[in-house]
Amino acid sequence: MPTTVSKDFRLTESHIRQEDVVQLVTPAGARVANPTFDPWVDDVGADQLASFYEDMVLVRRIDTEATALQRQGELGLWPPLLGQEAAQIGSARALRSDDFAFTSYREHAVAWCRGVALPDLLRMWRGTAASGWNPYDVNVAAPAIIIGAQTLHATGYALGCRKDGVDTVAIAYFGDGATSEGDVNEAMVFAASFQAPVVFFCENNQWAISEPVGVQARNHIADRAPGFGIPSLRVDGNDVLAVHAATRVALERARSGGGPTFIEAVTYRMGPHTTSDDPTRYRDPDELATWQGRDPIARIGLLLEGLDVDVEALDRAVNAKADETARALRAGCVALAAPEPLSVFDNVFTGPHSWLDRQRSQYAAYLAQFDEEA
Amino acid sequence: MLQTTTRQLTLAQAINSALRRALQDDDKVLLLGEDIGKLGGVFRVTDGLQADFGSDRVMDAPLAESGIIGTAVGLAYRGYRTVCEIQFDGFIYPGFDQIVAQVAKLHYRTQGAVKMPITLRVPFGGGIGAVEHHSESPEAYFAHTAGLRVVSPSNPQDAHTMLRAAIASDDPVLFFEPKRRYWAKGPVDEDAPGDIEHAAVVTAGTDVTLVTYGALVGVARDAAAAAAEDGVSIEVIDLRSLSPIDFDTVERSVRKTGRLVISHEAQQFAGLGAEIAASVTERCFDYLDHAPVRVTGFDTPYPPSALEEYFLPDLDRMLDGVDRALRKPNSLTDWTANA
Repeated sequence: MPTTVSKDFRLTESHIRQEDVVQLVTPAGARVANPTFDPWVDDVGADQLASFYEDMVLVRRIDTEATALQRQGELGLWPPLLGQEAAQIGSARALRSDDFAFTSYREHAVAWCRGVALPDLLRMWRGTAASGWNPYDVNVAAPAIIIGAQTLHATGYALGCRKDGVDTVAIAYFGDGATSEGDVNEAMVFAASFQAPVVFFCENNQWAISEPVGVQARNHIADRAPGFGIPSLRVDGNDVLAVHAATRVALERARSGGGPTFIEAVTYRMGPHTTSDDPTRYRDPDELATWQGRDPIARIGLLLEGLDVDVEALDRAVNAKADETARALRAGCVALAAPEPLSVFDNVFTGPHSWLDRQRSQYAAYLAQFDEEA
Repeated sequence: MLQTTTRQLTLAQAINSALRRALQDDDKVLLLGEDIGKLGGVFRVTDGLQADFGSDRVMDAPLAESGIIGTAVGLAYRGYRTVCEIQFDGFIYPGFDQIVAQVAKLHYRTQGAVKMPITLRVPFGGGIGAVEHHSESPEAYFAHTAGLRVVSPSNPQDAHTMLRAAIASDDPVLFFEPKRRYWAKGPVDEDAPGDIEHAAVVTAGTDVTLVTYGALVGVARDAAAAAAEDGVSIEVIDLRSLSPIDFDTVERSVRKTGRLVISHEAQQFAGLGAEIAASVTERCFDYLDHAPVRVTGFDTPYPPSALEEYFLPDLDRMLDGVDRALRKPNSLTDWTANA
């Protein structure tokens, strides 16, 4: 006999269920009242919004400058975050300093919020190191290039936090394309089984290089998570306030023993996948124009104007800071020198290794010939 | 006189006691794998450990090898040392990406900031009459991967001490357990020092060096005993560490014997035997009286169990290889490729 299930059978926690995408600020800058989410951001006043605004402008400038550095041959590659500033800033600014982020390669704004130094953002893309920073200095893991692999790492880390008896939370950032990977699905199984304090933060930017999200999913990506026993919600990823609220909800659930939450931040990759990509080959320009009308930065500017903030003055200050940041980024980039040749052997293992040490020694002898010639 | 703690244990029991000691000695040690809890693993290697240490430390994992290993990576980020059990050799491939792209590389990727002290226990090899995917020898894939240590014990004593050393190592270790020796008994001194660096000379000899590891060490020892009756002196070396390989020990032996035979269950092409033959030739070409000889599994998929006795190197095939190295009449004496 068939069982009748309600439309919302998958939603075990109605307090985070919204009928559609959660939006607190419209593209026109209007604040939308939302009795479920408003209490989660009632402390976010004009100053805090201005600070989100500043962060978004700064990371957009960092992104633009890095793209320019790639075009000028100073970086090998750069994956622009253009359009995803609100998703990354709104979520990362909700984290506590001891929370740990496991990101993909496009989360420059997350790294920025966590205090990663400017040149460290570029180290990997300039090819002078395999990753940019010590993860324990900023509680951000080395970015994962293998799609979705980091979701398992976040789950394992979260499991460790629970074992340690602390209320630290791990957050995994990944894209819409990653949700097709086995690892992301396995991560949800493990997180649900072990009730790991982890937040799955999917930036659905509509594109996996040239594949539209419809290739990955016929239904909303967020709708998958309840099948794993993980409550989920969709949020306007271009609305920094809504993202902030949603992330706070998810973090609180995790911190208080509620287990994992899945957030689908609906956003848009306005730029190419990377500086090697050419989206004009596969993307309708009208689509880009539509999403430019939903710009994450513009709407907060409009909202601030409505709150009687002097946005012109704010822009002057923020743009001056952005100019200075871009200058510092460029200077830091060109100062990143290539490491010395024998360092290729460093840190493969934690200690001596008979095979590699011999290979290193032989290569050192090879290099030494040139010293003698000089 | 020092009190000895030597006991007679099967290889499986020796591993169990190593896991027990590791769990006792370091509260950061965790066990994660399929069916390792109440069941004690399909080979009962983890028997009783969940009962004694709790399901927080001896965790039954969902059936997902990538999930097991990827979760262990995250736990390592948090300072835990997870010992993962991969149920069978042929089940490790779904976890291959996490092993070679993450476990092996994270210490390098982070310039030494993040350690990956993960031990992956893998029952490996054939000879138990199993169905497909339960008898494989995938060690060369991992030996080829920079950043991993690959080891394999051949007896209960080594199984115990090498596993404890592997767990204590800050490097990730693939620990290949010779499953057809799980029930073989031997003396185990639990306080003996652990060593995952060095090969062991199992039987000393002067005519031929026979290098092997895992389940074939016992076969090689028997081959050496049989050859001795014919007046041929074989030096059997148990590699123990497959990556890195203790070439100093192998080279020392070959300089003495001038002849090298390598035997493993794994397929021959691009296998460990190829690396050993090449490296030994590079190191002591002038001491070789014959080209290195390989006696291995065939370059076929692991066959159905009714055929495995032909696939697996046995005493006679090893001695045939020894005869080739000694230029004695052997199976290939009258063989030509175009016959």
